[in-house]
Amino acid sequence: MTGHDHDHHDHDHSELSETELRVRALETVLTEKGYVDPAALDAIIQAYETKIGPHNGAQVVAKAWSDPAFKRSLLDDATKAVSRLGHVSRVGDHLVAVENTPQRHNMVVCTLCSCYPWEMLGLPPVWYKGAPYRSRAVKDPRGVLADFGVSLPKDTEIRVWDSTAETRFLVLPMRPEGTDGWSEQQLAELVTRDSMIGTGFPKTPGAQS
Amino acid sequence: MNGVHDMGGMDGFGKVEPELNEPMFHAEWEARVLAMVRAMGAAGAFNIDTSRFYREMLPPHVYLSSSYYRKWLLGLEDLLIDKGYMAASEVAAGHAVETARPLKHGKFGLDDVERIMVRGKFGRPAPAPAKFKPGDHVRAKNIHPATHTRLPRYVRGHVGVIERDHGCQVFPDSAATESGENPQWLYTVVFDGAELWGPDADPTVKISIDAFEPYLEAA
Repeated sequence: MTGHDHDHHDHDHSELSETELRVRALETVLTEKGYVDPAALDAIIQAYETKIGPHNGAQVVAKAWSDPAFKRSLLDDATKAVSRLGHVSRVGDHLVAVENTPQRHNMVVCTLCSCYPWEMLGLPPVWYKGAPYRSRAVKDPRGVLADFGVSLPKDTEIRVWDSTAETRFLVLPMRPEGTDGWSEQQLAELVTRDSMIGTGFPKTPGAQS
Repeated sequence: MNGVHDMGGMDGFGKVEPELNEPMFHAEWEARVLAMVRAMGAAGAFNIDTSRFYREMLPPHVYLSSSYYRKWLLGLEDLLIDKGYMAASEVAAGHAVETARPLKHGKFGLDDVERIMVRGKFGRPAPAPAKFKPGDHVRAKNIHPATHTRLPRYVRGHVGVIERDHGCQVFPDSAATESGENPQWLYTVVFDGAELWGPDADPTVKISIDAFEPYLEAA
């Protein structure tokens, strides 16, 4: 559990208190009716807190940077390629990896709700689920990137992937310069969550040390 | 439905403001809501499209002023009440009073946790050959279903190119209203920025959606 119950702003207090009461009431009703075992709810939360997260995606990206055959199979069929890495959390059937190049930058959004590759990146951050990102990413991606402090050359093509079905998109960022001979594990340290959504770049070796 | 959830291309929501070192949950109740939604869905009370539809049906002012997990909570309450799994009076009282409605897959217990950590499979055998192939020009139909759809407003009436074929998958428009899976071919369709946003659009931008075949016509 996160223990951030007291981090909210004062003006939210009444809403949150009411929400907390409602959530408790709902859980009591569902438990008393025999629909859910509260211990199973605890276990779900624990699984989300420990099993999924951007470390899974980072491992996939680092492998693609190190292993050209894996990279080809990832871009060809990401579901199959990632499933073969038994130790990475299982991804279901509909993962697509899209490659950033000097000519093209990819960025992922879900304008209709908040579809996101949970197994690869964890639960989505608040900004990804919020109206500013969902509304503007498809119309003004360069403006959105500027909000992240990211700028691209004027002639780089920007491809925005709106996740309107069950396909989940993972951006394969470009491998940072100055990482020749690095191990997969070292490379994975450079891969940020945002670089796999397309709203950021991987860390550079200099910034890392 | 043409709801406020269909946000692509809207103006006025301001800057994107990433939160530094954001925690996974901002309060304990958020985690409980996530777990309840996942558990009740896995127990067979609803499918993912129905749960999305119920969030979309929240009144616009509620949708826009509620946090993500608050929307999940409100949508879950409405759904479970509508489908007869509980009564509004029970939530208000904070205790079960009525007889439970049996769940398709039974009570959600500890043994079920592992299976929900693997994503569902949405691919289905094709009931008919695909109408389109990569390279085809297609127009997103000018349709306005009153119930759940995954065709965003900002592409309707516009012409794009089929880029990928994802096979046949569960059709959300049918599944959301519990009218069956009604599998349909799914394609990635790419649009030029100028096609969607007019001549002033950034010429370097292309946008794609994943579109089910009933959303498309030859162009």
